[in-house]
Amino acid sequence: MESISRVWKFGNDIDTDLIIPARFLNVSDQNELAKKCFIDVKPDFAGSIQNGDVIIAGSNFGCGSSREHAPWSIKAAGIKVVIAKSFARIFYRNAFNIGLPILESMDAWELFEEGDQIEVDLSAGKIMNKANGKQTMANPIPDFMMNIIQAGGLVQYIKNKDRL
Amino acid sequence: MPMTITEKILAAHAGLDTVKPGDLIDVKVDMALANDITAPLAIRVFDELGVKTVFDREKIALIQDHFVPNKDIASAQQTKIMTEFARLYGIKYYFDLGDSGIEHVLLPEKGIVVSGDLVIGADSHTCTYGALGAFSTGMGSTDLGVTFGTGRTWLKVPETIKFVYEGTLGHWVSGKDLILFTLGKIGVEGAVYKTMEFAGKVIRNLSMDQRFTMTNMAVEGGAKNGIIEPDDITKSYLSEHTNKQYTFFKSDPDASYEKILTINTNEIEPQVALPHSPDNVKGISELDNIKIDQVFIGSCTNGRIEDLQIAAKVLKGQKVAKGIRLIVLPSTPLVYKEALQKGIIETLLDAGAVLGPPSCGPCLGGHLGILAQGEKAVSTTNRNFIGRMGHPESEVYLASPAIAAASAILGKIGSPDDI
Ligand code: SF4
Repeated sequence: MESISRVWKFGNDIDTDLIIPARFLNVSDQNELAKKCFIDVKPDFAGSIQNGDVIIAGSNFGCGSSREHAPWSIKAAGIKVVIAKSFARIFYRNAFNIGLPILESMDAWELFEEGDQIEVDLSAGKIMNKANGKQTMANPIPDFMMNIIQAGGLVQYIKNKDRL
Repeated sequence: MPMTITEKILAAHAGLDTVKPGDLIDVKVDMALANDITAPLAIRVFDELGVKTVFDREKIALIQDHFVPNKDIASAQQTKIMTEFARLYGIKYYFDLGDSGIEHVLLPEKGIVVSGDLVIGADSHTCTYGALGAFSTGMGSTDLGVTFGTGRTWLKVPETIKFVYEGTLGHWVSGKDLILFTLGKIGVEGAVYKTMEFAGKVIRNLSMDQRFTMTNMAVEGGAKNGIIEPDDITKSYLSEHTNKQYTFFKSDPDASYEKILTINTNEIEPQVALPHSPDNVKGISELDNIKIDQVFIGSCTNGRIEDLQIAAKVLKGQKVAKGIRLIVLPSTPLVYKEALQKGIIETLLDAGAVLGPPSCGPCLGGHLGILAQGEKAVSTTNRNFIGRMGHPESEVYLASPAIAAASAILGKIGSPDDI
């Protein structure tokens, strides 16, 4: 049976302090980080998300600090993919490096309400609202980033290139 | 092909004659740094790589600054990971308590990063070193961990927006006000993925300390790097701080820019970024009776000697208002010592300030001055996101050291001219 993915919606300029406040950065254990994901804005987030859920956000998602703890906490909390109108630079790079899939789409935000069921075809970039069948296509992932994903993250990509 | 300073530094490190915006390049790194929050993750990645040793023990800097002196057991465990790694690989620039200060003040001060360098750091404010005419940018721990092994990284050559500051600077107006004003104009997404190049007569007359303040906050506009062409002021800074070889790169006069924005500084008054975004900026005269609970002077933005000097000038012979907490953290041991020698520490103590050790402290809500629910603070730092300095319902107003010091005396946000 196909698992059900629900949408969690966020606005513009979601910064890394909102994703995981600095006071929780004294550890680097992923499961601990996951428990604190979005704790100040949506205190029930970590407790109620189901594996495979999706975040849909506005522009400049992940702005602020370079803390990789932010994408880690989202990934470890069980989020399958983050879709945003745009991403902040460091977050974008970090997400690919650690293997958290992200998609850029200007239209997705309008197509969904919080809690809607969603279907995402990552390789094709297809995003569909299961309630009304409306769909849109995300921006294609640049080839270079695709290579990193296909290798399974930056570490493996570098190992494969056998540069060491 | 004409190039900007950023393009020239990138080309030189990629071993290419020219690069243009959009090119993906593989570059060699002159310095790779991480701190007590990001280093443990980077070290884990380095271990996964399975290489025998680091690429160069003299091109890695590990700095304890965020939660030091260790605020709890968990942070003590993190710094221990750094210490062990540094010992194992003989990392030359490892800074433990006593030698350590805030990374982006410490590395230029010790002459470890110089003009023309390509620097990456697992900290977003790594962009600070652009004030020296270096290319420097923040990345995540995975990127850093890989670079610890390979000495290289990949970059996409950014477009450059040039900001030309012309005019004179008004009373109490500093580099902090210029960058806040600029962020207010372009917004927090105004320079995403791009270079912010600061130029013009006003910048040429700005001290190094104030230049660092400006490039420090380039990331608040979303930029990949901020940069200032080096000149005689840079040269004299370097002659005091380093023996390393450096290279001055300059933008060609006909280099191409995505945009050139000219900013007339004559009309700029001291600026304040209101909660909860660094681009939510107003002139000081537009603010009316905002009562505060705390003032923080410090951080990689404004914790340098000139910042403390300005604060002391305002606070001399004055008292911090009753019920207001003024916390000052000199950003490095050397800044602390100079402040002591110049009598600044005494002036601050006499006024009722509390002095703490070199540390990021409350800048990121770590420790040494956390805000309670509903409290308001004026801070010389760079971010005022929700919950940045404590409770999610506290508020942070970003300003210069002059405004911060004056606000501590007034008990509300104001300028030294209001005292
Ligand atoms: S002082 Fe603040 S902004 Fe600077 S490195 Fe420390 S936490 Fe980051």
